[in-house]
Amino acid sequence: MTMPVCAQDISVARQDELMNLLKQDCGSCHGLTMQGGLGPALTVQALSDKPKDAMVATILNGRPGTPMPPWANQLTEAETRWLVDNLYQGLK
Amino acid sequence: MHRLMLLILLSTLAACTSLRGTGDMGVVIERASGSIQIIETTHNQALKRIEGLGDLSHASVVYSRDERFAYVFGRDGGLTKVDLLKGEIAKRVLQSGNSIGGAISQDGRLVAVSNYKPGGVRIFSADSLQLVADIPAVYGDGQQLSKVVGLVDAPDQKFVFSLYDAGEIWLVDVNDPAKPIITQYKNIGKLPYDGLITPDGRYYIAGLFGEDGLALLDLWHPEKGVKRILAKYGKGDQALPVYKMPHLEGWASAGDHLFVPAVGHHEVLVIDKNTWQQVKRIPVHGQPVFVMARPDDRQIWVNFAHPLNDTVQVLDAESLEIIKTLTPGKAVLHMEFTPRGEQVWISVRDADRVDVYDTRTFEKVQSLTMAKPSGIFLTVRAAKIGL
Repeated sequence: MTMPVCAQDISVARQDELMNLLKQDCGSCHGLTMQGGLGPALTVQALSDKPKDAMVATILNGRPGTPMPPWANQLTEAETRWLVDNLYQGLK
Repeated sequence: MHRLMLLILLSTLAACTSLRGTGDMGVVIERASGSIQIIETTHNQALKRIEGLGDLSHASVVYSRDERFAYVFGRDGGLTKVDLLKGEIAKRVLQSGNSIGGAISQDGRLVAVSNYKPGGVRIFSADSLQLVADIPAVYGDGQQLSKVVGLVDAPDQKFVFSLYDAGEIWLVDVNDPAKPIITQYKNIGKLPYDGLITPDGRYYIAGLFGEDGLALLDLWHPEKGVKRILAKYGKGDQALPVYKMPHLEGWASAGDHLFVPAVGHHEVLVIDKNTWQQVKRIPVHGQPVFVMARPDDRQIWVNFAHPLNDTVQVLDAESLEIIKTLTPGKAVLHMEFTPRGEQVWISVRDADRVDVYDTRTFEKVQSLTMAKPSGIFLTVRAAKIGL
């Protein structure tokens, strides 16, 4: 059971931290512009045929057998969903 | 005092117009803005910012043997030749869709780039950046291309690199650059993520992500093939999630010991170079990313993966103990020693700073503002095998 998340639920300061994490730390494998690297591209186009829930699950639980680590110890589900929403909209 | 200021001012002005060498120069990558800063380590200052180098979210640099030109390898496949003396871009090509690093040949005439997309290595004239050779990293049924990592130069005008997806090491002789001679070593281990060559140019070592252990190729005896070392360094311990890939370019070699990051463990591994056996596992603050020896090999400096990346630890190469823990700030990404090691430059990404430390006193002696700094590369690398 998942609840819809509004940006208001996450403080502006935390949003800044999350966006920095996404660009800088996720970006070290997926590219700062999400064009991909050791990890796959996460551009709007690359995500177009992938369900959001699967993306959220991958971020929280990682992907065994690949370098993708689980982030559940650092991100809540709401924060993860906020990050995924941003990715699907495209990063500015 | 005023007289002294005037003298300094005059000498600074004179320096703008007079001849200078590049042996104390280098570049710092500003990863988020596609820019670099040219620095010099005699007065610990930034000289000039250069923009327009594309996506530098992962970037590395090699130098021409005259130490005038920096070749910057960007994430977006950009290869940029920067003139340190003029402080400008000399040439730039977009040579692939996605690249990870590069190397310069023994004779300084060829620059090779390792690519993720399309997977393989492309070799360019160091002078003109014209394409000289294209080596697709073909594997499996011959239809797939592997991402390429751990590309280094080797003696006798060779390049060595690892195929991430294929689990192979390739040794390429480029004495006739138009006709590279490729030796392929298969089944070297799962998911090699980076590689290094020992400073004497003899051993190429690939780190494995998909399993414990390292793959070793003795370039004095390439006919003997690749040997697995430290096959069980994790010894059944549960590996932790890895939030940042270790980098092997800076693997430290000190005395008879190699110091390497343990993937997924808060440990530095110490390996005896004569027997290739593990000497010790040194518990450290976090998962090591760079493990680098000071040029005299006496100290080993270690930085760490997210989220423990605000710290740097210094190991004593003799006692194998931690002798200092520094906390430069959030997201320490890289360290680079001055040529003889009296100082070390440290990039602190989230603080937008590069700090310079004295390696004897561990005091901070300088702090420079830079935008999201990552890699720091000094021209002394020009004369080093594998850098």
